Amino acid sequence: MARKLPRKDVVIVGLGWTGSIMAHELTDEGLDVIAIERGPWRDSPTDFPPSYMQDELRYRVRHELFLRPDQTTFTFRNKLDQTALPIRSWGPFMPPNGVGGGGVHWNAETWRFLPSDFVLRTHLTERYGASFLPQDMTIQDWGVTYDDLEPHYDRFEYLCGTSGTAGNLKGQIQEGGNPFEGPRSRPYPNPAQKQPFSPTLFAKAARELGYKPFPQPSGNLSQAYTNPLGLRLGPCTYCGFCEWFGCGNYSKASPQTTILPVLVRKSNFSLRDNSEVTRINTDRSGKRATGVTFVDTSGEEWEQPADLVILSAFSLFNVQLLLLSKIGEPYDPVANKGVIGRNFTHQTVSTVNGFFDSKKFNFNPFIGSGSIGMCIDEFNGDNFDHGPHGFVGGGYMGQVQTGARPIESTLVPPGTPKWGAAWKNAVRDNYLSTVKPGTGVHGSFYAYRDVYLDLDPTYRDRFGRPLMRMTIDFHDNEVKQNAFLTDKFAEIITAMGANQVAKQYRVAPYDATQYQTTHVNGGAVMGADPKTSALNRYLQSWDVPNLFVLGASAFPQNAGYNPTGTVAALAFHSAAAIRDQYLKNPGRLVDA
Amino acid sequence: MKDEPVMRVGFRRRELLAGTALLLLTGFASRAAVVQGPLPWAPNAGNPPVPARPGPWAFFTGAEGRAVEAMADRIIPPDPQTPGGKDAGCAVFVDRQLAGPYGRQDGLYVRPPFQNGIKQQGPQSEAGPAQQYRQALAALDNYCKSKYAGKVFADLTDDDKDATLKGLESGAVKLDGTDGQAFFEQAVKDVQMGFFADPLYGGNRDMAAWKMIGYPGARYNYLDWVDRHNERFPLPPVSMAGRAEWTPKTR
Repeated sequence: MARKLPRKDVVIVGLGWTGSIMAHELTDEGLDVIAIERGPWRDSPTDFPPSYMQDELRYRVRHELFLRPDQTTFTFRNKLDQTALPIRSWGPFMPPNGVGGGGVHWNAETWRFLPSDFVLRTHLTERYGASFLPQDMTIQDWGVTYDDLEPHYDRFEYLCGTSGTAGNLKGQIQEGGNPFEGPRSRPYPNPAQKQPFSPTLFAKAARELGYKPFPQPSGNLSQAYTNPLGLRLGPCTYCGFCEWFGCGNYSKASPQTTILPVLVRKSNFSLRDNSEVTRINTDRSGKRATGVTFVDTSGEEWEQPADLVILSAFSLFNVQLLLLSKIGEPYDPVANKGVIGRNFTHQTVSTVNGFFDSKKFNFNPFIGSGSIGMCIDEFNGDNFDHGPHGFVGGGYMGQVQTGARPIESTLVPPGTPKWGAAWKNAVRDNYLSTVKPGTGVHGSFYAYRDVYLDLDPTYRDRFGRPLMRMTIDFHDNEVKQNAFLTDKFAEIITAMGANQVAKQYRVAPYDATQYQTTHVNGGAVMGADPKTSALNRYLQSWDVPNLFVLGASAFPQNAGYNPTGTVAALAFHSAAAIRDQYLKNPGRLVDA
Repeated sequence: MKDEPVMRVGFRRRELLAGTALLLLTGFASRAAVVQGPLPWAPNAGNPPVPARPGPWAFFTGAEGRAVEAMADRIIPPDPQTPGGKDAGCAVFVDRQLAGPYGRQDGLYVRPPFQNGIKQQGPQSEAGPAQQYRQALAALDNYCKSKYAGKVFADLTDDDKDATLKGLESGAVKLDGTDGQAFFEQAVKDVQMGFFADPLYGGNRDMAAWKMIGYPGARYNYLDWVDRHNERFPLPPVSMAGRAEWTPKTR
């Protein structure tokens, strides 16, 4: 039997970006908040010190900061008629673990989605007609607009000290920024980071081809900054150990550097770490959450009652907890009915490596930050006419120099043997003069009827609970999109002066051994209709109104950008609705 | 919650001193605790890496060690400027990795049932890398003995070694009871990883690989260099344990 703890006003499941944001907002409101986190407490000086964080083997190759698959993993198949097998070692994405969540080891690429991304089905149908979309594509509008979210994007960027160059200030297009972005109410809080040689060359080539390159918005700071909570961050030193790593330099925006030192000191906040929530409890009606059950490292089971439950784990674990807690109707792809597990998506990423003359080019590729680079947005979302191309969606592309750590960044030109003297010589000749984009082509992944999440019939986790099953494949639309974008990207890399380019198209089948991004989305999506969404526009569960589900699990489909900016904006939007509306009158915030 | 003391100070350090590196890697390094009030902090808290220890093989038998050293020298042959895989310590690296969490698949999902799937579902083997190396190295020497008049792989001429490895790579050479092609692919990856990983882990001795490619190592600050375009960075590599001349030999 679970031991029962004293009731709290709010229990928060998972203390990453969204849990930290919500905990900070609701403690400010005077509520008594407890967060329960599966992984350990982590902090910059103890867990990411500059004396040993630069360890490619330990953190990049052996995945030490991530969740371990023996704690839980997923099963995977491409098609409904296949048997799903477990992902035994992480491949296509890296589930985070511990306090700070993905905010610890993200690149800090801090984008806003396009205004048209939030009204995607309406927008594409109006422009191209409904028949232009593949029949089994289940994209939908979000139920919020860019204008609804703009103040919340702004709050997140100022919390983080995001470094960038605005492209659209209150409707006025700005030189040097992204001319396609939605209007922003004010500039970025910090100027863009300095650019190394290869992104500078990329921008020059792109400009000559008629594009409008701009610096990638970065949560790695270009200068010292004090955020609105009074926390101080230092300038990024371009060490090249950012993605996959924690920052020991207080230079990367994370919950640790921007929220937690203030949050943890509040008398109405507490955290239990190394404690895994196994269930969201509901009353007999199933319409009211009563709290959560969790297990600590000694195997002891506890019940934490609360009036309000915030589910803010990693996207996939949100969906898994809803399924295991039997909240919401599980999605059935055959009947095309139900909502939990519906509209699961990932990203469509590819790259082009450029090999340059080593006598003329030295890129010092080891100099990097998670998000320094120059990008173009001409081929993202609906920024170009898709009519002649026969697909929808797109992505940004750029030369983002994230640090050429040598285990994975010693590339050789196509045709070189994989080992032996020829390989060794090619490695020696090419390391400093190769452009290996840290991001490359970062494309959208739209939703389909047969791409979804449910519980696996066979495989179990260490508690004996079913693993979640991913059924996912690339559809023709994304394959076409990627071929088009990758070719455009290769033109720019060639124009930079590369002797040889190696195009790495993304093709079907979806491969669980190939890393793309950790941007797995959907499964508990937001929307205007409870038949096709699990959450309303405030991320409130349609079925259980005192449950809010934060994170990218709410994305109805994925856009061609990194998700964190939008994830955080949605969390602030949800927090504002709880503070301004829900607490005054707890219940459904939207009538269905 | 008075019955649950706020316990944090000292946990990690004590576990570290007890040498339980395994615990640290499995995600259960620390016990569940309540965090409230001051940020948890303790002197000398942290989780530094565990260096490869100098000395005899930790996983390989003598014969296995010779075979892997011989393979390492064909995967990364010595040349006048840079040592080969053997002298760079790549076999030591692989040995220490196989003796540790990687060899045992610690932290990975190894629950049954085990069934072969399609390639994109990834490896589904119950046997970890340690067991796979043991089987494959024995099978490799058996193959060589029957083909090359009783000689094991390490005793072949360089040309015969290369022919054998190329055969494994293409699938033309089959090993008894194990997938030789998959084994060789893994061995190439592991040996090259040892060449480029921090010398702390036993390979990349004297930072030979980093010097070879011009990688400055575990530095933390390029503020003065980020906008110096197309200029060669002048400083020599540094390991997490310092400069090459300070690094103890591992074997």
